[in-house]
Amino acid sequence: MVRLVDVYKAYDNGTKALKGVTMRIDDGEFVFLIGPSGSGKSTVIKLLTSEIRPTEGKVLVNGFNVNTIRVSEIPMLRRTLGVIFQDFRLIENKSVYENVAFAMRVVGASHRDIKLRVPYVLDLVGLSHKARRRPFELSGGEQQRVAVARALINNPRVIIADEPTGNLDPERSLEIMMLLERINALGTTVLTVSHEKELVNRFKKRVVTIDNGKIVGDRQGGYYNV
Amino acid sequence: MKKRIHGGTGYFLTEGVRSIFVHGFMSFAAVGVIVACLIIMGSFTLLTVNINDMIVSLGQSNEIAAFVDEELSDAQALSVGSSINALANVRDSVFVSREQALQDFIERFGEEDRKLLEGYENKNLFRHRYQITLMDISQIDDTISTLEQLRGVAGVRADMKIAQGLVAVRGVVRVISLALIVVLLLVSVFIISNTIKLATFDRKEEIAIMRMVGATKAFIRWPFVVQGVLIGLIGSAAAFFIQWFLYERLAGSITGTGASGIISIEILSFSELLMPVAAVFTAVGFFVGVGGSLLTIRKFLKV
Repeated sequence: MVRLVDVYKAYDNGTKALKGVTMRIDDGEFVFLIGPSGSGKSTVIKLLTSEIRPTEGKVLVNGFNVNTIRVSEIPMLRRTLGVIFQDFRLIENKSVYENVAFAMRVVGASHRDIKLRVPYVLDLVGLSHKARRRPFELSGGEQQRVAVARALINNPRVIIADEPTGNLDPERSLEIMMLLERINALGTTVLTVSHEKELVNRFKKRVVTIDNGKIVGDRQGGYYNV
Repeated sequence: MKKRIHGGTGYFLTEGVRSIFVHGFMSFAAVGVIVACLIIMGSFTLLTVNINDMIVSLGQSNEIAAFVDEELSDAQALSVGSSINALANVRDSVFVSREQALQDFIERFGEEDRKLLEGYENKNLFRHRYQITLMDISQIDDTISTLEQLRGVAGVRADMKIAQGLVAVRGVVRVISLALIVVLLLVSVFIISNTIKLATFDRKEEIAIMRMVGATKAFIRWPFVVQGVLIGLIGSAAAFFIQWFLYERLAGSITGTGASGIISIEILSFSELLMPVAAVFTAVGFFVGVGGSLLTIRKFLKV
């Protein structure tokens, strides 16, 4: 579960990114977070991943209090999350399999667990047949599916997708969103940041709208009007 | 899913080795600098060790003479020996009677020259004395002062200019060595640190991903520490063998050829120094590697 209670965030340069944001995402929800550039979406993501701490207010993520979390606990918080980025962020010199397995290895999974889990997740995202390929040999959509597989591999409670379709054509974007919907149907909470109006409306999910550091809309059913 | 606290050692080793080859030139430069630093440090240290050894052997072969007060009886003169032997820096002392001293003096002259001394046998001007060898000739001045204050000792004669000269040289070499060691260690750490910095820049994206998926700092740090340690150890191993070769070559050409022909120079065999040199080189390589890598990666891992 994710909770932000009256959260304010001011950066050192004086920018007030969030001004009293309150938001709750329950387990198993699929939520779109939308808003124009500079509205505070990225700040929300950074707070959830504990890259930054709130200036005021409370941020709770999967039982961790971001306000008071110790530095040594941050990796544990992040293991409950799966993060997907617009630019995929794959390791170029590793194969698809290695990119996904890498995420398991860094959290200390055994070799046996890696061998069992990685093929399963690659199958889930439809990339079993490209396990030995390098990222540069894949299309944008396929690269993003590798990123989804990597995000899923440690069985996170929440998937955070930061503009996951920003670099994809409409058809591939739809594929990725459908994949995220499928993952959500399997019980994982999904928070997706997106700019794409048609895509957001198509899925008829809860849409939280943020503008100028404040939540200006929180509606079920694909409402989009920024 | 079963999770272990730490990642596999194999992974850390593989990544560390891979990084050395990915930045081959910088790794080579870092190894080269460590080799140069260790050889310079090692050479000065070995020079100090050899001077030390020479001072000890000179101290053992050169004697100082403590003359016994003429007013003491022969029995009293003999008892002074126990006071002399009780001094901390005295290795050994041998009593030489005035008669023996005269005899020794006469024997130093050739057959012809001995005629000059005829008649002196009954007018012995020599005193009873103790021939003393010291443990540490760098403390000779203090020992002489103590001897002069001993009851029954009338005077002390010491002729150890060469040894004292070596003590002075040893002092200078020690200071230079220490300064060089500090400077060269810092240079080595700096170079390794820069090599690791290149590796971290190269793997910036990978580190960001590792952090995002929940890798601990220790997990991220280990491959870089392994890289630093390997560079340090490769450098120290290379330096050790080069030092060994250079030392043997140099020792072979110096031993026995006193510069002025007055003293015979005996260089220690490298086999006597093998273990300590290997241990010191390994320790320096290891700690320079760890230090250099931690210094860099610490800055990189701020959350």
